[in-house]
Amino acid sequence: MKPRTAVFDGWFSLDEREPHLLGTRCCKCGTYYFPKLNSFCRNPDCDSDRFEETPLSRTGKLWSYTNASYQPPEPFVSPDPFVPFAIAAVELERERMVVLGQVTSGTGVDALKVGMTMELALETLFEDDKGEKLVWKWRPVTGAAA
Amino acid sequence: MSKDIAILGVEYGVAAARSALADAGIPWRDIQFVSGAATMRCGYPGYVAGATFAQALGWQGAQVNTSYAACASGSQALAAARAKILAGECDVALVIGADTTPKGFLAPQRGERPDDPDWVRFRVGITNPTYFALYARRRMALYGDTAEDFALVKVKNSRHGFTNPNARYRKIFTAEDVSNSAMVADPLRLMDICATSDGGAALIVSSLDYAKRLGKADAPRIAAISTVTPTFASAVVEMPDLATDSAVAAEPRRFRAALPAKAYEEAGIDPKDVSVAEIYDLSTALELEWYEDLQFCARGDAAKLVRAGVTTLGGRLPVNPSGGLACFGEAVPAQALAQVCELAWQLRGQAGERQVAGAKVGITANQGLFGHGSSVIVKR
Repeated sequence: MKPRTAVFDGWFSLDEREPHLLGTRCCKCGTYYFPKLNSFCRNPDCDSDRFEETPLSRTGKLWSYTNASYQPPEPFVSPDPFVPFAIAAVELERERMVVLGQVTSGTGVDALKVGMTMELALETLFEDDKGEKLVWKWRPVTGAAA
Repeated sequence: MSKDIAILGVEYGVAAARSALADAGIPWRDIQFVSGAATMRCGYPGYVAGATFAQALGWQGAQVNTSYAACASGSQALAAARAKILAGECDVALVIGADTTPKGFLAPQRGERPDDPDWVRFRVGITNPTYFALYARRRMALYGDTAEDFALVKVKNSRHGFTNPNARYRKIFTAEDVSNSAMVADPLRLMDICATSDGGAALIVSSLDYAKRLGKADAPRIAAISTVTPTFASAVVEMPDLATDSAVAAEPRRFRAALPAKAYEEAGIDPKDVSVAEIYDLSTALELEWYEDLQFCARGDAAKLVRAGVTTLGGRLPVNPSGGLACFGEAVPAQALAQVCELAWQLRGQAGERQVAGAKVGITANQGLFGHGSSVIVKR
């Protein structure tokens, strides 16, 4: 089996059952960063340069959504033929931030509704000679909790 | 002391600068400062836009400046000229922006660059229309806007631009044309999204004294130029980011709303005094978003304005009488200046069939990548 690695190194945990996005948090003002920030805090009232790595909440509320009906340009790597996919913007309550990502394959915009609960999942973004590249995606949480 | 400067000449098109000079009645050799805006898409000349344009017109010893600020490039070039004039370092300046743009989706620089957010988001399949569509869908969920409301914006702008000789796309679209066009990023269709484009725009601006000496004391004036950055923490996910700022330590702020707010403050003008606006309709739904950011109505009420015809020519507050990006496409460094050109024509009463009756105060608004945006107020 080909190795499965993250499309961007260190952006999320590779726990395929319960993956988390990996961010950092300012040790002084508590601001979260995704992607990770480790240099200087961007809060204009904070002069911290110390950060701790932290997993982000793996569920949140759907802030908005759309889809890609046409193949995006490079560096997007498309299957041939292109398969349209949905895109979600998910609001994480604890972090007070909205994070974008594709929606897991097989779920179209008709299955989405602003406000519904979404959870993080991992799927293959593309495959090359070195192996499969995994990416984070959002998936509607089914069942009573949703 | 007034901080206004006068707009003497305006034009756009391939020979924008020459036409603007002719419009102002000023010989090229009299221009003391050339402020240029371009992108690097077409190579090295873009890095030195001011000099590129000055050489094309024939070196004549003027001082030069180059600005790049994405969609606000033209406004930054204009701000540089205003600063030079108000500082007393020159009397009259040429401000010019021009570009050619590839067709289709705007794409990032090539190469493997995982540290560049613009590269990263394309890697995961997120294009510019993705963001426009997320904002549009959010409006539908929060305010009850419909795809039909968005189509009204396209229909309006296509009618406005139809008689504009400067517009690139002059065709009247119906609501059916919009709803029959291909879905690009649900809920936005091809006719909801502006095209990339080529173009150029130029302005001649001067001190009020200079304008007076030329017998143009009543020329339209630039009363404000806002090019503020966003304020942390971002309330809305912005191109090319994959996430908003985290708002745990600072309240979320809307960038788009901050741009005109600064312009109103600088000009001492109230939103209710605005007679005409040229705003960045990258998408139809985004034009509605701007109505609220420009304080033309309360948050969530923008669709009511377009439904009631308030923002159509003949309405109380016509928006995009030029036809907007719907009829021009987006030629990035030219567009912010083209908006000012249209306001100048409107305030001079020279806008022909698209004239807004009695236009006295106009405002522009635009926003682009990496925290750039601008809003300019022109008054007479």
